[in-house]
Amino acid sequence: MGLLDYFRSRSPATTSASVAKERLQILVAHERAQRNKPDYLPKLQRELLEVVRKYVQVAEDAITVTMEEDGDREILELNIILPDEPDPKVKTKARRR
Amino acid sequence: MARIIVVTSGKGGVGKTTTSAAFAMGLAMKGYRTAVIDFDVGLRNLDLVMGCERRVVYDFVNVLNGEATLHQALIRDKRRDNLFILPASQTRDKESLTKEGVERVLNELAETHEYIVCDSPAGIEKGATLAMYFADDALVVTNPEVSSVRDSDRMLGILASKSRRAELGVEPIKEYLLLTRYSPERVRLGEMLSVEDVQEILSMHLLGVIPESKSVLGASNAGTPVILDEKSDAGQAYGDIVRRYLGEQVPHRFVEENKKGLLKRLFGG
Ligand SMILES: Nc1ncnc2c1ncn2[C@@H]1O[C@H](COP(=O)(O)OP(=O)(O)OP(=O)(O)O)[C@@H](O)[C@H]1O
Ligand SMILES: [Mg+2]
Repeated sequence: MGLLDYFRSRSPATTSASVAKERLQILVAHERAQRNKPDYLPKLQRELLEVVRKYVQVAEDAITVTMEEDGDREILELNIILPDEPDPKVKTKARRR
Repeated sequence: MARIIVVTSGKGGVGKTTTSAAFAMGLAMKGYRTAVIDFDVGLRNLDLVMGCERRVVYDFVNVLNGEATLHQALIRDKRRDNLFILPASQTRDKESLTKEGVERVLNELAETHEYIVCDSPAGIEKGATLAMYFADDALVVTNPEVSSVRDSDRMLGILASKSRRAELGVEPIKEYLLLTRYSPERVRLGEMLSVEDVQEILSMHLLGVIPESKSVLGASNAGTPVILDEKSDAGQAYGDIVRRYLGEQVPHRFVEENKKGLLKRLFGG
């Protein structure tokens, strides 16, 4: 450890630079996850909403579609919140390799 | 065959044009036949930083529109006869910037040059995406500051997905981090992200650090790329970067405060 690191390590735990670093780490991780999503997700979400609405009147924002990577497979997760049901959530998972 | 280098950032005003001018001059000083293109159509500035603003007759858009030949538009540097500048237009709209047109100009330049440096405009609009589309290497100019780091990360996403190399499925663009306007003192005080912080967040290969330096303004005032100011810290830092890019092992400098500062702090002198 160099002398300068010694000085650096003596600075208080939360400097404005360390706050910046932490915020950036969270944000960048989030934005990278968004970025790797296929472009068809928003359209898929819209069309699904239309189909669901033929049967159940759900709110505009009742459907969320997310794509996650889990090891060597991608998981497409579809979340639909139904209005005033005993079990308010229908969850569907599609897997692909 | 030329190697195409894009100098990009996302965020504006971080030092792309300063870097493009210094880097192109540095490659020319190493003996390579180099061209530097201003992609900032409508906001030409590279000509000023290179000191050739009064010699602009035709520009990039004239060449794209077939109103001038590339030969007519290229300005030969007065200091180095192996360095050429293709200025951006000052007024013309960006309509003329097309993938096909840019490719044609780059192909023609590649016949007679070894390096082509593309000074990208800020943002993610057409000028910026076209500047990077044909690149082999990208210098991602970043300031140690939250919005600049975030925007650099966005550019990494675009470099990885919307480039010719990505579309052809060949070896991806080589990305180099260039941290500019760095102040070791402010890092020590905990006011500024450190080079390690930025590297950790972006996980990129560090090409070098350019310190915040008065010499940069002086250089642009004079129209002399700062790399020619060999006494200045920023000039030396750009010199190191060119050598490192060309494969030399050059230790990083200007990352820590100079020794005088340290002794001063230790002994309160
Ligand atoms: N290392 C440095 N030290 C001090 N000032 C700098 C440094 N690098 C750049 N600057 C200053 O920052 C300003 C912006 O630099 P420059 O024009 O190179 O940025 P840019 O990224 O090309 O901007 P734009 O996005 O508008 O094209 C200029 O005034 C320049 O002198
Ligand atoms: Mg610029």
